[in-house]
Amino acid sequence: MADFLLKALLGGIGVAIIAGPLGSFVVWRRMAYFGDTLAHSALLGVALGILFDLNLNLAVVMCCVLLALLLVSLQRKRIIATDTLLGIMAHSSLSLGLVAISFLPDVRIDLMSYLFGDLLAISKEDLFWIYGGGMLVLTLLAILWNPLLAFTVNEDLARVEGIPINLVRLALMLLVGIVIAVAMKIVGVLLITSLLIIPAAAARRLSKTPEQMAFFASLIGCISVCLGLWGSYQWDTPAGPSVVVSAALLFVFSHSLPSR
Amino acid sequence: MTNSAFIQLQNVNLHFGNRHVIQNVSFDIESNQITTLIGPNGSGKSTLVRILLGLQLPDSGTIGKPDRLRIGYMPQKLHIEPTLPLTVERFMKLAARATSAEILGALKEVNVEHLLKNPMQKLSGGETQRVMLARALLRQPQLLVLDEPVQGVDITGQIELYELIAQIRDRHQCAVFMVSHDLHMVMASTDKVICLNHHICCSGHPEIVSNDPSFIALFGRDGASNLALYSHHHNHQHDAHGQVIMDHPCVESTESPPESQQQLSAPSKQQQGDRHHG
Repeated sequence: MADFLLKALLGGIGVAIIAGPLGSFVVWRRMAYFGDTLAHSALLGVALGILFDLNLNLAVVMCCVLLALLLVSLQRKRIIATDTLLGIMAHSSLSLGLVAISFLPDVRIDLMSYLFGDLLAISKEDLFWIYGGGMLVLTLLAILWNPLLAFTVNEDLARVEGIPINLVRLALMLLVGIVIAVAMKIVGVLLITSLLIIPAAAARRLSKTPEQMAFFASLIGCISVCLGLWGSYQWDTPAGPSVVVSAALLFVFSHSLPSR
Repeated sequence: MTNSAFIQLQNVNLHFGNRHVIQNVSFDIESNQITTLIGPNGSGKSTLVRILLGLQLPDSGTIGKPDRLRIGYMPQKLHIEPTLPLTVERFMKLAARATSAEILGALKEVNVEHLLKNPMQKLSGGETQRVMLARALLRQPQLLVLDEPVQGVDITGQIELYELIAQIRDRHQCAVFMVSHDLHMVMASTDKVICLNHHICCSGHPEIVSNDPSFIALFGRDGASNLALYSHHHNHQHDAHGQVIMDHPCVESTESPPESQQQLSAPSKQQQGDRHHG
């Protein structure tokens, strides 16, 4: 197998594994649009990272977490309905990112690869980021699994039972931020949310417990990556979108199975 | 005011914007007693529960609780996303580190052990309430807080559930604080009633409260209909927001107003005892 294909496969599988459990939380907590908004702001993170000469992955994580904090505080003030607020933030931060990039002199950025991903151009360094970030995310998730789940079922109950819900909420945002930074290389900012929610939604039909759903979501994500890469190689289609199309097909297929 | 009540609320006030939702509320919860909070819709019952639980900070006032109080809480409603696969067993395990035997024991206590492997979303209203009660018991609570525990349960089920709560109090020796909007249903299984309409209108033994003019004024012709037909004089009135527009001697003064006694003509029950002053 070609070296670039192997790296793409390893990178895609790494992202799919962490996206499974985290995507399940995005589905359970109805955070799909929230995730989209954070993903859109990632491009602004890239621009700021170049401007201040920071590591781009780190800049994206920081940008996502800052935006998440801003979103939560604006949501509490109830200035405007949450979905409108998310819509405003998503598209303004994406546009701000595009405008900021155009101001950067002497920098040539392949915009398409940030918007739609460039799975076939994954480097060794990217793989280190994916697997390092992935280990961190999975470890944090394992530690926080029960509090996160209790907080997802009912926030008031969780608080009465002594779970520090603000801390848990912050941790979840941080985790989503890391996954977005890492997954940006694979499917790009416009398609990241699909990698979080489609495998999780497909896994719902196969699962009886939250843990099963997280596991099946990872598995379905991995299958999507393999199918997408194979299709991309076979028919010379763009790799990121091919992965998403495969995931969508698996979702449709999961609905033809009897529900458990 | 020094007493040794298990939990004491003193002069608790809360505003939401311009609305004075909780007005100078003070009461005690005694250990091993069932205290019922009763009041019309929008009278601040659930808000008061949230203050007691520490979910909402009051603007002023104090809440005296023992250190490291173990609370078992049963919220008014439990909505679980259909996308979250959750069996009753897994739901119970979220509350405390419990063994399978302990979980089964708690479910047996509320007669729903057969539901162990069922998904939470497929339970009926009454089953959900019982499972939530079992989950609260799993924490071996010193205080059980139940917000409208019989919501969505039919009449026979309601009576059973109230009996069950009384049994649980006897067995676990815990204090119970519950919210209800139907005094007559809870009368048999409660030790103390607090009648709330932003302020405490009256409180005390359920028999006494049910005959209190301010209670009748609050629940009025339609609300307290299953009491009997009372013809009575309001000793104070509430406006649309529950604010008292006239004076209300039941809170302010110690002697009962003379007119309330002659106007109250309950068929069988004589007005008895003095009213408790919030």
